[in-house]
Parts: sequence; C-alpha cells; structure tokens
Amino acid sequence: MSLLEIKDLHCSIKGKEILKGVNLTVNKGEVHAIMGPNGNGKSTLAAIIAGKDIFEVTKGEVIYEGKNLLELSVEERAAEGIFLGFQYPVEIPGVSISNFMKTAINEQRKYKGLDPMPTMEFMKLMEEKKKIVELDAKLANRSVNEGFSGGEKKKNEIFQMAMLNPTLSILDETDSGLDIDALRIVASGVNALRSSENSTILITHYQRLLDYIVPDFVHVLFEGEIVKSGPKELALELEEKGYEWLR
Amino acid sequence: MASIDMDNYKKAVRPNEEDFINFSCNISQLKTFRINQYNGFFFENNKNNEISITKDIIICTIQTAIEKHHSIIESKNLLNSIEQNQEGLFIYIPDNISLEIPLQILDVIKANEPISIESKSIIIVGEDSHIKLIYCDDTVNGNISSTESNINIFLENNSSLEYYKMENINNSSSIITNTNFVLANNAQLKTFWLSINGGNIKNNLNVSFEGEYSKADLNGLYLADKEQVVDNLVYVSHNKPNCSSIQNYKGILDDSARAQFKGHIRVMKYASFTEAMQNNRNILLTDKAIVNTQPFLEIYNDDVKCSHGATVGQLDESAMFYMRSRGISERSARMLLMFAFCTEILSKASIEELVDKLQDIIKRRLHGELSSCENCVLLCNTPCGTFDIDMSKIN
Ligand SMILES: Nc1ncnc2c1ncn2[C@@H]1O[C@H](COP(=O)(O)OP(=O)(O)OP(=O)(O)O)[C@@H](O)[C@H]1O
Ligand SMILES: [Mg+2]
Repeated sequence: MSLLEIKDLHCSIKGKEILKGVNLTVNKGEVHAIMGPNGNGKSTLAAIIAGKDIFEVTKGEVIYEGKNLLELSVEERAAEGIFLGFQYPVEIPGVSISNFMKTAINEQRKYKGLDPMPTMEFMKLMEEKKKIVELDAKLANRSVNEGFSGGEKKKNEIFQMAMLNPTLSILDETDSGLDIDALRIVASGVNALRSSENSTILITHYQRLLDYIVPDFVHVLFEGEIVKSGPKELALELEEKGYEWLR
Repeated sequence: MASIDMDNYKKAVRPNEEDFINFSCNISQLKTFRINQYNGFFFENNKNNEISITKDIIICTIQTAIEKHHSIIESKNLLNSIEQNQEGLFIYIPDNISLEIPLQILDVIKANEPISIESKSIIIVGEDSHIKLIYCDDTVNGNISSTESNINIFLENNSSLEYYKMENINNSSSIITNTNFVLANNAQLKTFWLSINGGNIKNNLNVSFEGEYSKADLNGLYLADKEQVVDNLVYVSHNKPNCSSIQNYKGILDDSARAQFKGHIRVMKYASFTEAMQNNRNILLTDKAIVNTQPFLEIYNDDVKCSHGATVGQLDESAMFYMRSRGISERSARMLLMFAFCTEILSKASIEELVDKLQDIIKRRLHGELSSCENCVLLCNTPCGTFDIDMSKIN
C-alpha cells in the first residue's frame, strides 16, 4: 500500500481553479521533489494535504495510509503523521517554542491514547533535536518565530519536524533564504530523519537542494497539473532549459 | 447587564466585622501586608489587617487622619474634598521608604440585599519611597451590589508605585472606579488594571503630571462575556515638560459583551518634550460582541512625540492553522493564542508570584471556569497548575 495517493485532484479558491487534476503516488521511504513556476499551485497542493480549508476540493481524492485524508481535521492529520514545513512560517507572539512543542507533542500523544510525555523526557528530546539543526539555544526560549530571521525560521521548521517525527513531511521551499551553511545543516537534518518508514515531499525552485537531499523522483507542477515526472536528473534538465520547454 | 435602577439599592452601612472574618485572599508564595475593607468600610482594629509594618507608615481611617495627621491632609489640599464624617482609608508612606513586600487592599463585597457602596481612599507615597500595591475587589456571593470607589494617589518626588487593580465581581454587580494619580518630579507609576469579571465595570483613570521627568506606564486587560460591559476611560494630562506616558490596553470579548476604551492624552502648552503613546487591541470572539475604541489627542505643544493605535480583530487565522498543523487542537490553539494575547499585558510586572497567580486566573477565565466556587467568584486558592491543557475540563 502506498503512503500517499493523490488521484485527479482539482481544487479552487474563490471560484478560481488552481489544481486541475493532480496525480501523485508516494511510497514509504521515498523522497519526491516538486518543482514548477511561481504561482502554479505547489503551496496549494501542500496546504490541501495539511488540511487548510480555504481551498475547495472540487474533484478527486487523497488517500493516506488507506484513509480518506480529506475527511480528517488539520490536527488529526498532524497526529496521523503529516507535517508541513511552511514556506512562510507564522510568528506567534507570546507562545514559547517549548510550550508550543510540548502542547503539540502531548496532544498528538493524546490522539494516540498515550499519556503526556514526562517533562524530563521532553527536555531531553528538545536538547537532542536542537542539535540536529544547530538551533541556537536562545531561540528555543523565545516566542515561536517572533523576530526570527528568514533562515532561523526555516531551521525552526526542521527542528519541529524532528521533534514530531512525522511519517510524511512536506517541506515547502525550506531551502529558500538559507545561506550555504544553513542549507547544509537543514539538509543534513532532513537526511538524518530519513528512514524506510517515512517519506518526504520537497517543494523547491533550486536544483542545489537536491545535491544535498537526493530525491527518488522529480515532478513538475505546471498550471495546476503534474506534467512531467522523472529521476533526479530531470531537475538538472529543468535548470538548463527552464519551464517554457514543457509547453 | 440591564441598566441599574439605583432606587432599589440600599446604601451600605458600616457592617458587622464578624460577618467577613472568614474571607481571605491569599496569593500563594507571596507575602503581602493586608488591609481589609468590608463593603467599602475600613476597620482600623480588624484582626485581619497586617498594618503594623513600620512605625512611620500611617494606615488609618480618613477621620483619624484628620484628627491626628492634619498637616499632611492640609499639605495636599484634601480638606475640600472630604465630607463631614467621611468614611475611608488613609495611607501615608513617609519619605525614604522602600517596601519589597507589597501592600494589599482587599475590598470584600458582601451584599445580603441589593446595596450600593461608596468608598474613598487617599494614598500618599513620600519622596524617594518605593511601593507596590495590590488592590482587589471581590464579591463573595452572587447578590447584587453597586460599588463606587474614589481614590486619590499622590506620588512625591523620586517615588515609585506599582499598582495592581484586580476587578473580580459577580455578574449582577457593578463597579465604578475613579482613580486620580498626581505625579510630582521624577516619579514612576506603573499600573496593571485587570477587569477579570463583572456585570458592569467602569474605570475612570486620571493621571496628572505636575512635575518633570516622570513616567506613567498604564496597562490594562479586560475579559468580558455574556452581557458584561467594561469601560475604560483613561485621561492623561501632561502639564509639565519631559514626562512620558504609555497606555497599553487589551481586551477579549465573547458572547454579547461590550467594551469601550477612551484614551485621552492632553499635552499642555508648556509641556515640551512629552512622549505619549497609546495602544488598544481587541479580539472579538463573536459577531455580537461590540467594542468602541476612541483615541483623543489634545495637543497644545509642537515638541511632542505622540502615537496611538487601535485594532479590533479575530484570532489570527494563519497562526491557528500553523498550530493545528502541529497537532494542537483548535480549542487549545485558541486558548494558547488568547492566553498569549492577555499575558503580554503583564510583561512589565515585577511581582513574579503575583504574575503567576494572575496568569492562573486569566487561564481559568479563558477556560470558562468562573462561578465554580460558592464562596468566591474565582477558585483562587487552588492553582491551575502548569499550562498543560486538560481537555476533559473544557468540553
Ligand atoms: N488565499 C488565496 N486567495 C486567492 N488566491 C490564492 C490564494 N492562495 C493561493 N492563491 C492563488 O493560487 C495560485 C497558486 O498559488 P501557490 O501559492 O500554490 O503557488 P506556488 O506554486 O506555491 O508559487 P511559489 O513558487 O511562488 O511559491 C496563485 O495564483 C495564487 O495567487
Ligand atoms: Mg509556494
């Protein structure tokens, strides 16, 4: 059974059709890259998988671990193992990262019928995962993303991913805005979490990221459809020829 | 709450002390010097008072002050405002006194029939003295009452006062506070005005700068639901140069609650180099809740920095989605956002134990756990614990 199966997915917002029949299958252990021009629906696809309800699914289905994903609430999807790394992480003044993570972990545990994580265990987990993305210890005591630089916000997304240990991660342009060192740190973070039991969808504009996180497949989302799929070399070809070549 | 028909209210008379003895309001981990008022009346010899702080501090009735401390009363020109046989509380902190331990005035309101209460207090903080004061209004049963308190507070040169006002009365009761602060030179005032619960609350807060280089930092939070009404009318008068004032008020309104914030900044002709800021932010949880926010700037001097801002909105949808995408339920995400919104108001408060307690009270209030105690509107003495949200209590 595939981990995720998207079949003929159509969606629109305010009457405007954005996705026009997306098909995608992701198996456990795979890394998929999605590329494509600006404004062609990549973040929309990610948001629909995560459960953002401002988009109206007009046709098609999304099956996750054999379940109809579209019937689950946002938080249920998270507890089922879906994680979205935001293109634009949101600032939450007044909510500390540790409080935020503690609440998230314990509510996910509750969903699974588990007791809250003991505080000591939680603190140890925080320390361990902060190291993976070299997240500054000072940042962890601050409010979620508040006043973070662009790169710090992206690191914080990977930190949260590491804390929550998801089955399916969708990373929406996690590489943009990162300097070379930060890119390497983030990529090695993602690689460290990679296993035969989980899968990753990388949304990116740059072939460079794929040198660090080598994908099994590359897809091109163009005008609301996946118009081309191929091995990692497809990314190089796109970089050379641009998207017009696909017309 | 329906408009108050004062005809049905009986003016409160000096009650029997014994009726009140059982009520205490402890802030866990925090020692305070407690001063009790019952239905607005102060009893000098009440055994719950803890007023033998130092020999120099005077805590007495206004009548005693007139008899024994006439010169102080006269020096502040207070006689005109004091009526014959005026009841009330008088606190005088002499010069050069710094109290780490806060004073706590506890206004216990216990109505056996609809009563109207009027109270008066005079507080003087002497030169170079530094004081913290916690002033709580609590109704101890669900009966109707209407309270009006008039307080005059003087901050002498180089003094400071951190003033916490807690309003926590039942839904059938109303309270009007008229509080006037007068600041001399280089005085520092910080207020935290917390309207936690009440049928009808109206706070008139006046700050008057009568000296130079003084600061007033005015913070407020109001939480209202059902049919509750909360009004905050703040009037800051910059009469002298080089003073600064900040107004930072926030509120969350649920159901059909109504709130009003009017922030008036007046800068007089000679008050150059004034800095005055004002900010009022509101979250409306329903479309029946109403807030009316009005800044009013009256400026007669060009050399000033003034700013004001007001927002009225819902909870941040993108933050909600972000939190839920991490597995936090909608209900908890709302709680976290509201809690963070509220407690920002306390960020400048220095009494840590009190902040813990206030956070606890705010948490309870947001959880809708009010009216769960027979004796008191809030279950203050049982701490809410850490911020692990216990969903079983909510749904
Ligand atoms: N909330 C919204 N309201 C209206 N239109 C929207 C909304 N969200 C997305 N769109 C539109 O949907 C289209 C696809 O947007 P989306 O963010 O999915 O693009 P993208 O492929 O991620 O682009 P980029 O590479 O620039 O991140 C765009 O035309 C965008 O303007
Ligand atoms: Mg995008």
